[in-house]
Formats: sequence, structure tokens, C-alpha cells
Amino acid sequence: MKILVAVKRVVDYNVKIRVKSDNTGVDIANVKMSMNPFDEIAVEEAVRLKEAGIATEIVVVSAGATQCQETLRTALAIGADRAILVETDAELQPLAVAKILKALVEKEQAQIVILGKQAIDDDSNQTGQMLASLLDVPQATFASKVVVADGKVSVTREVDGGLETISLVLPAVITTDLRLNEPRYVTLPNIMKSKKKTLEITKPEDLGVDIAPRLKTIKVEEPPKRSAGVMVADVAALVDKLKNEAKVI
Amino acid sequence: MTALVIAEHDNSSLKVATLHAVAAALQCSPQVDILVSGNGATAVAQAASQILGVRKVIQVDDVRLADQLAEPLAAQILAIAHQYEYILAPATANGKNVLPRVAAKLDVAQLSDITKVVASDTFERPIYAGNAIATVQSSDPIKVITVRTTGFDPAVASGGSALIESQVVTADAGRSSFVGRELTKSDRPELTAAKIIVSGGRGLGSGDKYQELIAPLADKLGAALGASRAAVDAGYVPNNYQVGQTGKIVAPQLYIAVGISGAIQHLAGMKDSKVIVAINKDPEAPIFSVADYGLVADLNVAVPELIATLT
Repeated sequence: MKILVAVKRVVDYNVKIRVKSDNTGVDIANVKMSMNPFDEIAVEEAVRLKEAGIATEIVVVSAGATQCQETLRTALAIGADRAILVETDAELQPLAVAKILKALVEKEQAQIVILGKQAIDDDSNQTGQMLASLLDVPQATFASKVVVADGKVSVTREVDGGLETISLVLPAVITTDLRLNEPRYVTLPNIMKSKKKTLEITKPEDLGVDIAPRLKTIKVEEPPKRSAGVMVADVAALVDKLKNEAKVI
Repeated sequence: MTALVIAEHDNSSLKVATLHAVAAALQCSPQVDILVSGNGATAVAQAASQILGVRKVIQVDDVRLADQLAEPLAAQILAIAHQYEYILAPATANGKNVLPRVAAKLDVAQLSDITKVVASDTFERPIYAGNAIATVQSSDPIKVITVRTTGFDPAVASGGSALIESQVVTADAGRSSFVGRELTKSDRPELTAAKIIVSGGRGLGSGDKYQELIAPLADKLGAALGASRAAVDAGYVPNNYQVGQTGKIVAPQLYIAVGISGAIQHLAGMKDSKVIVAINKDPEAPIFSVADYGLVADLNVAVPELIATLT
């Protein structure tokens, strides 16, 4: 069974981002970039399914600028078998990415697609669901456990009140939540090996996909800052402030 | 110019998150309908019809709609989608699960987690864990939107008298099925609806300490329980306690952070709280930069003292 995993190159989660002074966006020049953390979990899950003898091949896909090759190499070093970059410098919104992925899933005939539940840059949380919709296949978002058996996948999902488990007939789309697994550290020998794996480069036009953005960003601003608070000396002072100043208890 | 709001419910009660989404919808359009898709959810439909400003409640009741699975729910929404210019849902686990599926079928973008309606086609939404606010304009004929509940005061739950209209279920192939759920049982208020939240972090050191210190403090204040990702990862509390960028977004009247250092991902989930209290032994902890009241203290001493003082 073939698994397709989608990964996105984003500003590293440890970076404190800065809004550009002309309010056109966030400054990402000379900022550390990494694989979106949820996507790393997606790659790890696919590799575990391969190690368990369920998956036979893992194809990892990214869409974006040429530097996404680095992100794909990381995925190959974790254990994906081959990579496809859909290269473009155009702005890609979730619907466009879902259309790109649909074209590739159909071409590759993947049975399971695993994506991160959201990218930590635009925080959209849409692409997996949109892909499932376009493919007309079932979806399981926010996965914390995945069990594949008998042409079905049973997924435990993180929902608002706790956990729920659903069963999907394959093919299906899964999006990962934080506690699905802990991605392995990439070792040097695996990084060396990843350089020999195939990385194919294609373009959205080659896939016949319309990637025109639907949303226009008018401006990007800093959020309002909270005014500085005060330090209190002890618990008695804290309770006094909460009762008499803030009046919240 | 009409808007459809997807009700958040558990077949027996309408969740407060719906009221926040209705408030956002009323800023988009004066004509707001609510879809109650469920099983045996008549009480939910009745509650929805009482919301002030709602024009019509559409109730679809069927056993296949009992568990809010994405496929049948999306099919239900799509069956009536073209009558509307706006389709909104609260940005809950359910809302986030189903609406992108609807948007893709309509070949329109989705606007996630909006916090403000600027104009009929323009909205504000946080990006980068709330460290930037984007103003975005949609050119699509139908605007599919999830609403960050902390961005909108709830619509008034009573005083309305909307018509309840029953519609027949749209058949669905049903390639997903519900197996079971394990919900965290609690008599405490729900995290996203609570007026006061007491949250614990890795500074507690163990799940036992969480139960020994955080739970009694929450009981004393009638508060909900929350946690940082570090505390959840360490296994102190279940996943659904997590407050942050990828967990729950909360904005209570009072948020008390105990032993939480304040990673940006955590701050993203609570910095819109009205009053923030931080108790941490590290005076350099970033949580103090957003706290209204900071107390540098050993939580093992300060929390029991706080509980005693509140008696």
C-alpha cells in the first residue's frame, strides 16, 4: 500500500516572528525555516506504518519555492522513499494545495494520505479536509492513534471533550495531532542516504491545476499588546488585587 | 445576503460556541439561519430558535447524523449551501473538521478562525500563533468561515422566536463510521466557556501535584481546568486540557497560570483573557510579560496559601 505525505516548509516554531514595517506580511528573510511540526509527525507515522509492514512505499510531497527541497530531504532522511516538489514562487492557499495534492494522489494511486492538521504559519487547518473533499474520500482529522487493518483505518481523534474513534474505508485522508507519535531524530547516515533518493520536480501547470489565490491579504499587523502588569509581593496582595482592583473573584 | 450557522451540539444541548458564531454571522448579514444536524436533537433546535436575531432553524434529524461525522454533515450543509452567501461555524473541533470539506466542494476558500468582521467581504484572523493579525478579503461568492469564539461576544440566547423547519436527510455513501468516544468526565465548567480557568504547567512536576494543587484551587473558584502542552506531554492531564495555538483558545475573565513558563504557543491560547495571573518561581518566565498580576513564588507554598486565603 502506498502512502502519500504532504509537508510544508514554515518558519521554525522557535522563531519569534516580526511583522514587516510596511504591514504587507511577516518578515521571513534570513529566518530559520523548518518542516511544519505536524507534518513531521505525519512523516513519522507513515514510516512506522512501513516498518510495521503495512505500507510499501512512502511518497512525500511539498509545494512551494525551490528551498522546499530541503524540507523534502528531511522527510527522506526520516524514512520516506521518494519525493515530489511542485515548484512555484506563487502564493499558495490551502484550496490550491489541496488541488495539487489531489492531482498527485490520483497519479500515484495512494491509499492513505497523511498531513499535519495545521501549518504553524497561517494556522489554517484546512488542507487535509479540502483534499478529502476533492477526492471524495473519508477523512479523520486530529489523529492521536492510527490502526490500519482489512482495507480500513481506525483513527482515534482529539476532539473538544476528549477522544473519539472512527473507522474509515480506504482510501482515506488523515491529519495528525500532536500526540500521534514522537518523530525520531534524523541520523547522519540517514541524511547521507536521503541524498541518493529520488526527488522529482514538477510544476502546478504540469498537473493542470488552477492555483489562483482566492483571498487577498490587505494588511498584516502586530496584535494589540497587553499593557504591563504588576508584580505582587505575596498571596495576600494577589487576592486583594483580584478582589478589589480587578474585581474578578 | 443571508448567513447559515452550523450549530455545535451533542444532540441534547446547544453549545455556547454557537452563540459566538451567530454573533459573527449577524455582523455579516441581518438574516441568519441555523442548521441543526443531529439525531433526536429537537431540544437543540428549540434552543437555537430562541436565539435573538435568528430568522429560521433548519432541523435535519437522522441516525446517520448522530455523531457529527464530516462526510454526512458536509453533505447536509452542501444540500442548502447555495441559498446562502455566508456559511459559518464556531472554530471548534467539529467546525474545523467539516467546513473546509464544504468549502472545497463549493470551490471557494475558507476563512479560518476569524476574530473580526471588518466589512462584508473583509475579515481579521490571527496567524503565526496570534503573533500577527491578517486582514483578508474574499472574492468568493460564498464565504465559508470558522469563528474564533473569543473574538465575538455571544448572541443573546433568549427572546427570539425563529421558525423551526424540518428537512429530510441527504443520503450519503457513508464510508466513515463512528466507533466510540471517551470524553473526560467533569463536573467543572467547560474550558472554552468558563469564566475562570486555573491552568497548570510543567513546574508542577507531576500529575499528582496537579490534582493536589490545581484541582482544589479550581474548585474553590468554580473554575475550569487547563494545562500547558508541557503538562499534557508529561502525562499530568488529558489532551483536551491543553490551552494554546493548537489546543483550546480561551478568553476567560480570569486565567491563573501556575508553573507555566509561557511559550508563545501557550500565550497564543490565553492572552486575550481579561485578567491574567501568573505564579512561577522563575522571575524571568515569559508568562510574566502578559500577566496583569505576577507572583514570583514556589507554587508548593503559594497555591495552598491561595486556597486557604480564598476560604
